[in-house]
Amino acid sequence: MVRYLIRRILWALLLFVIITFVTFVIFFMGPNDPARAQCGGDQAQPACLKLVTEKYGLDKPLYVQYWYFFDRLVIHRNLGTSYATGQSINQAIGKAAPVTASLVFGGAILWMIIALTVGVFSALRPRSLLDRAAMVFVLIGISAHPVWIGLIFEYVFGVKLGWTPIANYANFFGAPADSGQPGGPWQWFYHMILPWMTFSLLFAALYVRMIRANVMETQNEDFVRTARAKGAPENKILVSHVLRNALLPVVTMLGMDIGVALGGAVFTESVYQLPGLGRSLVIGIQANDFALVEGVVVFATIAILFFNLIVDVLYAWIDPRIRLT
Amino acid sequence: MALLEVNDLKTSFRTEDGFVGAVDGVSFSIEKGQTLGIVGESGSGKSVTCLTIMGLNAARNTISSGEALWKGRNLLTMKPKELREIRGNEISMIFQDPMTSLNPVHTIGRQLEEAILLHRDVTKKVARARSLELLKAVGIPRAEQRIDDYPHQFSGGMRQRVMIAMALINDPDLLIADEPTTALDVTTQAQILSLMKRLQEDFGSAIIMITHDLGVVAEIADDVEVMYAANVVEQAEVHDLFNRPQHPYTWGLMGSLPRLEADVDRLTQIPGQPPSLLRPPSGCRFHPRCPYVMEVCKTTFPGLEPARNDPDHLQRCWLDQETKDREAAKLLAATMAEAH
Repeated sequence: MVRYLIRRILWALLLFVIITFVTFVIFFMGPNDPARAQCGGDQAQPACLKLVTEKYGLDKPLYVQYWYFFDRLVIHRNLGTSYATGQSINQAIGKAAPVTASLVFGGAILWMIIALTVGVFSALRPRSLLDRAAMVFVLIGISAHPVWIGLIFEYVFGVKLGWTPIANYANFFGAPADSGQPGGPWQWFYHMILPWMTFSLLFAALYVRMIRANVMETQNEDFVRTARAKGAPENKILVSHVLRNALLPVVTMLGMDIGVALGGAVFTESVYQLPGLGRSLVIGIQANDFALVEGVVVFATIAILFFNLIVDVLYAWIDPRIRLT
Repeated sequence: MALLEVNDLKTSFRTEDGFVGAVDGVSFSIEKGQTLGIVGESGSGKSVTCLTIMGLNAARNTISSGEALWKGRNLLTMKPKELREIRGNEISMIFQDPMTSLNPVHTIGRQLEEAILLHRDVTKKVARARSLELLKAVGIPRAEQRIDDYPHQFSGGMRQRVMIAMALINDPDLLIADEPTTALDVTTQAQILSLMKRLQEDFGSAIIMITHDLGVVAEIADDVEVMYAANVVEQAEVHDLFNRPQHPYTWGLMGSLPRLEADVDRLTQIPGQPPSLLRPPSGCRFHPRCPYVMEVCKTTFPGLEPARNDPDHLQRCWLDQETKDREAAKLLAATMAEAH
């Protein structure tokens, strides 16, 4: 087990280097000029350009710039400063990450609750009214774009019915006193309701379909018949035999989906003006703020690699047929 | 009173194409400690008969009628709760494929204990001790270590032994074994069969052995039922069946058995295929394949009648008694000749 972990961590490190490097390259291959962008675009003065270029080492070769970045990241654990705002990227990520984490983890809980209830019930009563309604729900959830859904929710629940706020994020621990922003746990929850609903819809639909299929398939397994032949009651058969097997693949999917979503739920954050990683990414790209973009990529990569590793280990724990070698 | 008395059991499945009559009027009875062998091809209705008795058919689209009287009570009309108390407790069933019949994510110890704890109010320690006892009884080596292993760590033969242990753990009065050795190699098959015979003596349970293999039946059964196309076509005590078979299908089955001593290029077959149970043939269901077919066979369904006025030997065939005796004697002579 330990050898396996060490090997996986080494792999993760290698992947990390590759991914950050490729992002570097892509950005530099692109038709952008960060120095010009920071110096005011078309009105850029040569003096300013020279200053910015020197400050950020923009005239050095690619691999040298990458080395500066890597060295700074690993030794000093510093993601650098924003090309656009001069702010510390560490700080920017530090403010944006909790927002995305709130959205993703809260959304995950919501989508799992929906998916488990609807998925299992549909599987137990195939072709019933509930089942057919669930399949329509799945189709809508997968096909509808989160931005579209988000706007509709905003309009219906926020504007027309006034049940929830339309947009914005409230800090869980309370907003600064004079910022005019809402704060505190209740406001945080209240502002997250619509974003959670929007974000979860797609995943809930996907998971309902997967859970329903897995449960239906597992119900036909021989060992379920054996359990019934032993005289086990139906609820015990469902939980202890059917679900225990049918939900194994759901664990892997869940870990991976959470990992990827932490990289930035761009659409939902955009619609609801949540200052999370997804929105930071969009802002960074639009402003040619490479440092910010790379910062988000670093964070997302670490999150995905981490969750991948967790899922692998977890799977070996819950499925005795898998043994990590 | 017989332990299990089945009267005119019928089971149909509703499918998109119509009703499939999987079991069409099966009757038999079993006494304590007896072994009944049910023989037939795939699709003859032998498995569905027993699944119906246990109530293990999918509830939707299944229609059953008739009686299955377990110690006088009809299993087919029992409330689910009562039926659950009997399953795994008074009547146990083991299935054909041991590779998939155990839950892969529970240890076999846990699955054995589950079988006990569902029906006995004992502590887990007691359940575990009993599980160990049964594992040793079925011949699992190093049972103390193996009890915490998972099914995928066992071979097919050992998994089937575990299934047998699980079936016998509550001292059932009847064990239904649905082709328990079909998925195993011949050596393992012999071991499992002898194990079952020994355990039957130790535990005193009756056995229904479903099989397509006449050899298994000869080895283990006291009485035999031959099934074809959802009907019982012959029913007799085992020696009687092998010495004086009375139905052309039975003759076909016995004639097609490979003989070690005979030097043949091709094995004898019964020509044709088993019929569709969606639209079975008119009259006797075997008539399209029967070498002795007569006009009456095509139109009139034969009843299950005693052969030679022997009420314990029933058969469903229009042939006259002389022909039957002649053919039976021919078959027996052929077997004897080859044996020398």
